[in-house]
Amino acid sequence: MGERRYRSASGALVALRRRQHSASCRELAVRCPRLQLRSLSAVTSAVWLAAYGLFVLSENSMVLSAAIFITLFGLIIYLHFVKVDQESLLVIGSLGIQVTSSYASGRESTTFIEMGQVKDVVINEAIHMQKVIYYLCILLQDPGDPQGVSEVVPLFQSSKPRLDCLIEVYKSCQEILEQRKTAPQSSGIK
Amino acid sequence: MVLKVFFPSCCSSAESGILIGRWISEQNSAVILAVVHFPFIPVQVKQYLSEVQRVTKVSVSVLGSWSNSKQEKEESLSEFLEDLGTIFSHEPWIQISKEGDSKFWSCSTLQKQSNNPKEEEIILVYYDQRKVMLSHLHPPLATATSTDHKADDASKLSAVFDTVAKSKILFMTDRYDDGPIKLTHWQSDGVEASIIVELMKQASVPACMLLTFLLSLISGICRSRVLKFWPLSFLWSKLSTCEQLGHRLQHLQVISSNKKAQNQTQLMRKANIFVSLLIDVALGILLMSWLYRKNRIGHLADTLIPVADHVAEELQDLLQWLMGAPAGLKMNRALDQVLGRFFLYHIHLWISYIHLMSPFIEMILWYVGLSACLGLTVALCILSDIIALLTFHIYCFYVYGARLYCLKIYGLSSLWRLFRGKKWNVLRQRVDSCSYDLDQLFIGTLLFTILLFLLPTTALYYLVFTLLRLLVVIVQGLIHLLVDLIDSLPLYSIILRLCRSYRLAAGVKFRVLEQQDGKPLRLLMQVNPLSYGSVIQTYRLPTYSCYPKDSWTSLCKKLFLGELIYPWKHKGEKQD
Repeated sequence: MGERRYRSASGALVALRRRQHSASCRELAVRCPRLQLRSLSAVTSAVWLAAYGLFVLSENSMVLSAAIFITLFGLIIYLHFVKVDQESLLVIGSLGIQVTSSYASGRESTTFIEMGQVKDVVINEAIHMQKVIYYLCILLQDPGDPQGVSEVVPLFQSSKPRLDCLIEVYKSCQEILEQRKTAPQSSGIK
Repeated sequence: MVLKVFFPSCCSSAESGILIGRWISEQNSAVILAVVHFPFIPVQVKQYLSEVQRVTKVSVSVLGSWSNSKQEKEESLSEFLEDLGTIFSHEPWIQISKEGDSKFWSCSTLQKQSNNPKEEEIILVYYDQRKVMLSHLHPPLATATSTDHKADDASKLSAVFDTVAKSKILFMTDRYDDGPIKLTHWQSDGVEASIIVELMKQASVPACMLLTFLLSLISGICRSRVLKFWPLSFLWSKLSTCEQLGHRLQHLQVISSNKKAQNQTQLMRKANIFVSLLIDVALGILLMSWLYRKNRIGHLADTLIPVADHVAEELQDLLQWLMGAPAGLKMNRALDQVLGRFFLYHIHLWISYIHLMSPFIEMILWYVGLSACLGLTVALCILSDIIALLTFHIYCFYVYGARLYCLKIYGLSSLWRLFRGKKWNVLRQRVDSCSYDLDQLFIGTLLFTILLFLLPTTALYYLVFTLLRLLVVIVQGLIHLLVDLIDSLPLYSIILRLCRSYRLAAGVKFRVLEQQDGKPLRLLMQVNPLSYGSVIQTYRLPTYSCYPKDSWTSLCKKLFLGELIYPWKHKGEKQD
């Protein structure tokens, strides 16, 4: 319970918050760094300077209004579709795992994966640009092949926390996933 | 194992009673559908439940007891409720009790034959009954295709959704009915119905019959022998308007059939076709009213002839340029003049033909414009056909140029083989060496040289006319793309996703509500709607779409060799 600070793969500060709602239900949320005012002003000034330069060359005032509209719409689209505020993982033993991304404009995008489809939660390595980073992922069961993996769902893709944060999340998830192995199996699907 | 209880949020304030629903033993979960209130006679309850079970094929049974006491817990009531467990024997017997206005309920189970005496954890999941009943769960596209494991691997959530959706008849009785059983569910305050929907249902039957009759008449006329004679049938197959009209006729037949839609997919398809037709016709009538206001169509007809003249003049200028020294290249004078004059005469014929037609153009256009009321797609197809007819001479020039160039290339390649002493073996489909006589070699080399030096002239004419033809093809292709888009867009599904997003479900999402120690875990289950991209992908209407037949490499190869290209292929056309 509580919040701890870690670093992301690119060096920014991220915060991990763990909450235990019950014995078999845990919520882990990673908060990404907020939109910086200085980067926003830098981009806006650059666009407006370029537009002013074009205006001086072409003497057409439409360029300036177009630049304002572009900046506004670009900012709205960025906040609504690109900038992730928080990524959270809700693990409910015997129901499933829910992955939520909340964007800066308040939009939330949720996916729920049922426990029957989850094979395991593992930490994997990947080559991202010029680095090798660790990422947490959910392995989905292949319905035809009990040993096979049908899909890999990567988690925390925008915040990309480093290994120490991922180990904490991994341990919490595994504690709940182990409960389903120790629970008495009733007849039926498995 | 953890016990999951799916409780409808509408029953949170219901009076005390017993819980009825479905017990899914493989998943250790109970889906509660309604609460039956006191007083009741157990025999009647059992009878009612068996009847519901027979109609809906869902194994509805009594699952437990629900006590909503405004004051403190009454001991006698709780004992009474436990005794009920012996009358309606169910393993495990779920007891939920709510005190006063507290949000935190206590939930316990009674197991008579239990192997493990330890207290199992209970999760209480609230769900909105109406939304879950109306929503349709879409499996992810990957699993939808594999139909081997169906019944066993039915996910937990689809079982819950199925249970609620199939128990519609349970929700048909409300509290104003004088029956022996008093239920609380989402509709118990009064069954909802819409007058407009009922009226439309009544009106749709005769409308469908009328439409079917009209359609059978029209298809009978279309299939008559008169229209099957060679020139007419060739014309019908080439005009895209006829194909579009045939496509729309098919759609109308689908809508007007009096068989009820079997499943969700068919229902959505019918609704999509209906809305698409409606919007199409509405846009077409809008276009028609705009065209006929202020006599715009007269102005259009008046400008058509000058535009055709202008195009012909531009072509003549182009040919004069080619006959001179185009782009500084030196042409073979004689061949140049021959080809140039041939094409110029062709243009002269074309201009005279257009001028012959000019008095009738306005009338033809006026009547053809009326057919825009059949739909915007038909109007666009007519536009595409008009463009094809007006640029027919460009198509002719392209064919002449391509055939000439193709002949030249084949001649050159064959004579090149002769030049090297080889021959194409038709039997073996390969190049073999061959010994030629001296006079064969002499004439072959001579012809090869002639063809080689005449190549730039022919190639230039071919290049110019191919570019013009490609331009026209691209314009026609864009129009057809737009028609395709209007045809295949599932507008009803998109509007449904916009206004009633819970109807199209991609899955569920859970929200953790306030917890209290010692009480079961409380979750709220909401419907997670499908994304717009998946909506369009799942519900798009099939069309006779035209898509590029060749890949880029084969297209370039055909252009280089001079083979005639028809880049857009219609589905259903025979491969050539």
